[in-house]
Amino acid sequence: MTAYLAHYLVMVGIYAILAVSLNLLIGYSGIFSLAHAAIYGIGAYASALVALKLGLGFWGGLVVAAGVGAFASALVAIPSLRVAGDYYVVASFGLQVVVLAVFMNWTDLTNGHAGLPGIPRPNVFGWVIDEPFEYVFLSVAFAALTYAVCWRLTNSAFGRVLQAIRDDEIAAQAMGKNVVQVKIVVASISSALGAMAGSLYAHYITYINPSSFALHESIFIASLVILGGSERLAGPIVGAFVLLAIPEALKFLAIPDTVAAPLRQVIYGALLVAFMLLRPEGLLGRARTQARDGR
Amino acid sequence: MAAEAAPQREAAPAPIMAVRGLARAFGGIRAVDECTFDVRPGLITGLIGPNGAGKTTVFNLITGFLKADRGSILLRGKELLGLAPHEVERRGVVRTFQHLRLWSKMTVLENVLLGCATPMGESVFSLFLRTAAVRAEDTRARERAMEVLEFFGLAGRRHQLAEDLAYPEQKLLSMARIFATDAPVMLLDEPASGLDGESLRRIVPQVRRLVEHGKTVLLIEHNMELIAELSDVVVFLHQGRVLAAGAPAEITRDPALSEIYFGV
Repeated sequence: MTAYLAHYLVMVGIYAILAVSLNLLIGYSGIFSLAHAAIYGIGAYASALVALKLGLGFWGGLVVAAGVGAFASALVAIPSLRVAGDYYVVASFGLQVVVLAVFMNWTDLTNGHAGLPGIPRPNVFGWVIDEPFEYVFLSVAFAALTYAVCWRLTNSAFGRVLQAIRDDEIAAQAMGKNVVQVKIVVASISSALGAMAGSLYAHYITYINPSSFALHESIFIASLVILGGSERLAGPIVGAFVLLAIPEALKFLAIPDTVAAPLRQVIYGALLVAFMLLRPEGLLGRARTQARDGR
Repeated sequence: MAAEAAPQREAAPAPIMAVRGLARAFGGIRAVDECTFDVRPGLITGLIGPNGAGKTTVFNLITGFLKADRGSILLRGKELLGLAPHEVERRGVVRTFQHLRLWSKMTVLENVLLGCATPMGESVFSLFLRTAAVRAEDTRARERAMEVLEFFGLAGRRHQLAEDLAYPEQKLLSMARIFATDAPVMLLDEPASGLDGESLRRIVPQVRRLVEHGKTVLLIEHNMELIAELSDVVVFLHQGRVLAAGAPAEITRDPALSEIYFGV
């Protein structure tokens, strides 16, 4: 039972990183991305490949993952964010599809559908983390780091600019804000953090294949943000706790696996619709604006 | 025809901004056509003309929101055309919008803080690596924002959302946030539109005080009484061309211009 709970908490930590980093785009910048699972996958594959082929350790893999994730995102952001925010949705969808195709078809590198087994467990300053319970600390520590980075970004002049861009891009330009540059920077930071989650996942599960990073995963991460509440930094964390608990709860019911998987999707879909109708601000609700500039 | 300086001045100061042969067409319509005028420092220049004269298009061309077909806009001798809107602001020209474009879900203080210079707070590297300097900059920006809000009589409203202000106060806020920038040239797009008499009495002296605080103002306005009261120089635009420029009394008394403006 302890191992089971530990696994749940590790996954909550990893998805909290994904959702909080995605919320930098969705909630704080008004940019909707459908490529966060692809970025997550890029992080996982980059980290796994440098570990398996170059023998690079956990920290090296983490840095490479973050760098490659940020680079891939910037590559799409630079042309698409120059026009208007809406184009990014389409461009990010394209990135998601292309990256998944690369994972599946560049078999020399990624081993295709068969995936990459044997990814080593992290060695953190000589401590090999190979128990789920130990991994909870690592996962939660990185989730806390992600939260701290995002808190710093959003509670600053940079965060004000993000909100200004989200609320009225033209006014932000007129006030001297380099809207395109800010969007590219925030997309790259969001992706670096999302790719870091991929690295943590790869070293935790020790085996990755493309199915973990498909489009439905991007939609799932966006659901964590929307259901948790995109107007608060902690909203997506609540979303991760709640939505990851649903499949675990289903395990306690006498439902065959073949039914449980589609049922899970039905529940997610129904929850999304219900929240859109009844509580569009998500579980945590709206940020109290007045409190924001109180010192 | 270039605008003359106000007659009460002995020697006309050199223009801070010189618009020369500015042109922009939309399809077959020449919205701005060989438009030439000067904006002199420390004065209020009124840009007037009937609906469709091209006034807002001129603002959009100056501030980089539209690309000109030809012409030149020199700010202290340096070309503005071809710059992106944020670069125009950094060179020293800011604007308001006819429809205000406030950040309505942000507080009054936040709206003004966005006008205050916070280059370190807006840099991701400084945010994480120069935290003390960022904090000091933030304190300075808040002090500056409070000064600006006091100046515009909005300090008591600082924690309210911009959308919760009364319309005249929203107008003041739209001026306050651009006043907070260091830009010397302020472009005001119809600062008095939609205001009743009492609100006008609050806005008009405020525009005059901008100049007293070292700003140069170019404003679009339909209210001729206000133009006559506020402006040092008036530029009359019709069908994208400058028909006349000079002291407000000369322009408003010209029967030919009145006929174009009022159709009588």
